Parts: sequence; C-alpha cells; structure tokens
Amino acid sequence: MHELGITHSILNIAVKHAQQVGAIRIKELNLVIGEMSSIVDDSVQFYWEMVAQGTLAEGSTLNFRRVAGRLHCDGCGHEFAFNRQDFVCPQCQSPQIRIVGGEEFFLESIDVDFDPEKQRPVQP
Amino acid sequence: MSTNIPIVENILNANDLLAGQIHDRLERAGVFSFNVMASPGGGKTSTILRTVRTLMGEFRVGVMDGDIVPIDLEELAKMGIPVSLINTGGNCHLDANMVIGALPTLDLNALDLLIIENVGNLVCPAAFKLGVDLNVVIASVPEGADKPYKYPTMFRGADVLLLNKMDLCEYQGFDLEYFKHGIEVLNPGVAFFPLSCRTGEGFDAWIDWLRAKIKTRSAATHVGQ
Repeated sequence: MHELGITHSILNIAVKHAQQVGAIRIKELNLVIGEMSSIVDDSVQFYWEMVAQGTLAEGSTLNFRRVAGRLHCDGCGHEFAFNRQDFVCPQCQSPQIRIVGGEEFFLESIDVDFDPEKQRPVQP
Repeated sequence: MSTNIPIVENILNANDLLAGQIHDRLERAGVFSFNVMASPGGGKTSTILRTVRTLMGEFRVGVMDGDIVPIDLEELAKMGIPVSLINTGGNCHLDANMVIGALPTLDLNALDLLIIENVGNLVCPAAFKLGVDLNVVIASVPEGADKPYKYPTMFRGADVLLLNKMDLCEYQGFDLEYFKHGIEVLNPGVAFFPLSCRTGEGFDAWIDWLRAKIKTRSAATHVGQ
C-alpha cells in the first residue's frame, strides 16, 4: 500500500533526468521491477495519472518490465524459477541454492521529446 | 520521434540518501542503532522491552516507535528511558524521511543505543533503509515455518534473525529445519537466535551477541575521536 510514495519517487527521478537533458515532455517511462520487490504495477499505474498531472510527464505511459525471481543451484548449475514453497533444486534435489534475480527495482530509461524549434542539446 | 534517455536509477534512491544521512548523524553521536521488523504480534515490543531491561544498566538506551497509538511506547517510557513516537497514521512502514524527522526529539548525545520499532508488517518495511547499524527481523513460532519462503525480501535483508515464542514449539509442530533451510538460502550465515521473550529461553545468546556489536562500535567511535 505504499505505491503512492513510490509513484512520486518515480516521477521525481524521471523529471530530474528530463530537465537535465532539456526535454519538454516525457512520453514513456521504462521501469524494471523484480518479482521480489513487492511492488504492484497496477497500483503504481492507478496513481500515475494523478501524480503526473501538471508535470513534464503528464499523459505519459508507464512500461513495466517484470523480472521473474531466479534461483541458481550450486550443486548442478541449474537455474530455475523462484517459488514460495521450497528452495530445492528440481533437477538434482540439492538444497545448495541461491537467488540470482528478481530483486530489481529501477527506472531504466525515459522516452522524451525536445522542443523542435530549439537546437537539440547534447546528451550527457 | 521521441528520444530514449538511459537512466538506471533505483526508485528508492531518495530514501537511501536520507538513510545515509541518518547513519552519519548516529555515527557522529556514537549511537549504535537497530531497526526491529516483524509481523504484528511477532514480539517486537516484547523483545525490545526485555532487551532494554537487560541492557539499560550498561548502555543509555532510547526507543523510537512507528505506531498508530502510543500503547507500546508507554510501556517503554515506564522504564524511564527516552522514547519517541513516530505516528505512522496507518502507514505500512517507516521510511528514512519519517525517522530523520523524529531524530531531533531525542538527545542523541545522551544515548549509546537507539532502537527503532518498525510497523508490524513483513512486506513493506524491508524495502526502506533507515540508516541503522542492524536490521533485526523477528519471526515467531505460531506464524509458521513457511514465512521465509513467503516473504523472502524481509528475511534476505536481516542482519540478525530472532525466532521468538520457542516455548510454543512443541504445541505448534513447527518445522525448524524447513524454516532454517529457507533462511540459509535467502541469507547465508545470518546470525540466528531462537528464543522466547516470555520464558527468557535463548535470550542471553542474543544479548551477548548484541552487546559485542555495540561495544565494537563504541570502541571504534572512541578511536576515531
């Protein structure tokens, strides 16, 4: 239920970077969310329109790339999907496994427009 | 035609920056700190009460509590230690912004140990760093042995794990090996203390471990000064 605060954070990061490059509008935001980061994209989406109103990101689209939780078996090297029941390798039954993916939670990139009247600034 | 601007910035960056400031302030004041996380009824307040009672003769302890009502905090205040309520208004976690706002309510120079009691929740508090020295996670026997599997992020972020209400083990059929395997995968080698706040069983081991951590910090601070 803390997605409202999270949504504000996403907006702040996007607007900061858009202003840094002199963009006039943010069209799309590309987010990467791991399965284990406990963020509900529907809730973020729900708040987005309200939060983005009156900012450079008004009317923009949120794109979510979900990253599934991944476990790696140190016994046989097999990689398999995270499940919430047991942490045992389905191939060799080894309990020697560790998490290798699914904890991501970052803004990967934004798609922006520049003022066509002005010269395009150099990207950092 | 729009232009793609690569960013790759952690969404919780703003919180993490504030957490860094909290850590610096506590370190400068020579205060050791830990954040207590558990589900509601897991034993956060009981653990804090017993820990404070055991250590208050050795260290100057203060407690910050993220809660809706001050009931738990009043219990702590009865022991004559400085306490501070962060009224979460029903929020699901504490974040660094709430903690940094509450720091001025305590005289940090008059403390050796600051304990922060988080909101009872096994999901949200795990995502928000508070700038403390230790994240203490408490699980309890009646909740069941599957909790690490269901709430991996919480158990993964623990620096020390307490398994409370061990006195109920025999009534609950708690599968300790299953629980420990989940922990071992999520957080290999994490300090683990099975205990009971009610009977006191296992509590000494936790206190000894904690005391050593506080003294290590305190020695480092004095060398640094």
